[in-house]
Amino acid sequence: MSRILVIAEHAAGKLNPSTAKVVACARAIGGEVEVAVLAADGAAVAAQCATLEGVSRVLQVDHPANEHPLAAVLAPQVAALAAGAGHVLGPSTTFGRDLMPRVAALVKAPQLSEVMAVESPRRFRRPVYAGNAVVTVEVAEGRQVVCTVRTASFEAVGSAAASAPVDQRSVEFSPPAHTRFVSVSAAASDRPDLQTAARVVSGGRALGSAEKFQLIYSLADKLGAAVGASRAAVDAGYAPNELQVGQTGKIISPTLYVAVGISGAIQHVTGMKDSGVIVAINKDAEAPIFEIADYGLVGDLFALLPEIETLLAS
Amino acid sequence: MQKIMVCVKRVIDYNVRVRVKPDGSGVVTEGVKMSINPFDEIALEEALRLREQGAATEVIAISLGPDDTQQQLRTALAMGADRAILVRHDAPADPATAAAAFMALVSKEGAELVLLGKQAIDDDACQTGQRLAALWDRPQASAASKIEVVGQSLRVTREVDAGLEVNEIDLPGVVTVDLRLNEPRYVKLPDIMKAKKKPLEVTDLAALGVEMDEPVTVLKWEPPPQRTKGIMVKDAAELVSALKQKGLV
Repeated sequence: MSRILVIAEHAAGKLNPSTAKVVACARAIGGEVEVAVLAADGAAVAAQCATLEGVSRVLQVDHPANEHPLAAVLAPQVAALAAGAGHVLGPSTTFGRDLMPRVAALVKAPQLSEVMAVESPRRFRRPVYAGNAVVTVEVAEGRQVVCTVRTASFEAVGSAAASAPVDQRSVEFSPPAHTRFVSVSAAASDRPDLQTAARVVSGGRALGSAEKFQLIYSLADKLGAAVGASRAAVDAGYAPNELQVGQTGKIISPTLYVAVGISGAIQHVTGMKDSGVIVAINKDAEAPIFEIADYGLVGDLFALLPEIETLLAS
Repeated sequence: MQKIMVCVKRVIDYNVRVRVKPDGSGVVTEGVKMSINPFDEIALEEALRLREQGAATEVIAISLGPDDTQQQLRTALAMGADRAILVRHDAPADPATAAAAFMALVSKEGAELVLLGKQAIDDDACQTGQRLAALWDRPQASAASKIEVVGQSLRVTREVDAGLEVNEIDLPGVVTVDLRLNEPRYVKLPDIMKAKKKPLEVTDLAALGVEMDEPVTVLKWEPPPQRTKGIMVKDAAELVSALKQKGLV
């Protein structure tokens, strides 16, 4: 049976939830699923990977250079681990988008980006033109396939009854000195993670200011939801860049997506149209967001949001 | 640094509503406005600013594409690039082929920095910059929202899922750019006239010694599944009660 290598994404000893979705894609391809954990000390993350349903083996590669996820450092190690694997998969998060093409170039393989469906081990579907078209592509027999997996398109695998074995591996490589990690400004938040939350409330340009954008946080907290934003709201400085939902931001598929003061530009819609139920609140009855919303409400968001909060509490 | 190369891709204009052809063979391109990939335009603007600050002496716009790509390279020259090179290639460009072609140009010209968009808005592949960095065996910094020159290195702020990550890379290297890096300048008429006299060299993959390896075939193009329009509720009470009924809140 062919081997499928999945590259785990993690930070601060915690496995990123995207990995369970990439494993789901690996199972759809069918084969022996190995998950590689590259870290300074990957024991905790490897243990989490070992409990994912369908994982045959976890490869733990500890190296001091792996403390931060730098593509130039990780790619040669992934390329070494990928020898003999039929497929090499990573998430289409900023981590995977940065790393996987570098791996693909090193192993001289084609890469399929944003894989949204598996039709066979050689045939996949992926979106292009900001989701305005979907292509079915086929990779020639005998070629290794590198993929970034569109996490919004796959259901995370559950927990396995028994943990998979964890193998310690060492990879011969000299870490390049030309790339150095300086810092990451991760905003500490106890709100749900935007990429995996079941409910998301997003705000757009109509909020008008960073102060008024707090209304979005307030409603999100009432709903136990993550907060998102349109590109216009991020560009205007109402919300930080990591909240951007859309073609160039995050692509998500929560059970409930509430779009507040967002007109519905195609670049935004690309990031949220796979949501279960979409609610749109906008003062412009002609806004394109209403074309895709399950529930549309026309009105002044500054009056409606406090009213909705009160109704939710009753 | 001496030379900055900026990769520009010819794509369907950002404002065009892209439609799949009824026979599923591709998207409609007849009579459709073509432009520089907006991310690449931001990359070019950044290169021009670096040159204007005295951090670089020459900006070369490069592209892989059909002959008509000369239009986009002329726009790049009008924006301020010093010269341009087109690697003529009629088939849609695969990221691996593009990276190999650009690698050949980088070796030939001796560029110290390559700037390009983090993705092209046609195939949304997000691969070319990272592939080029791998072929070159040099650093990469993807999705840049700020670039500072620090001696022979760059300090690059990158937009990542967690927030903003800062990396330091030694030159030569590759930086792919994100939307918030800058606002590209408008091209003025006199610049368009001047651009007509700037050098635009045309070459091809064979002349550069690049062999194509494209093992991926597109079998079918389809429009995406459409969501159907739902219902309009009259007020907040009706909305909340509908959501409660569905068990969503």
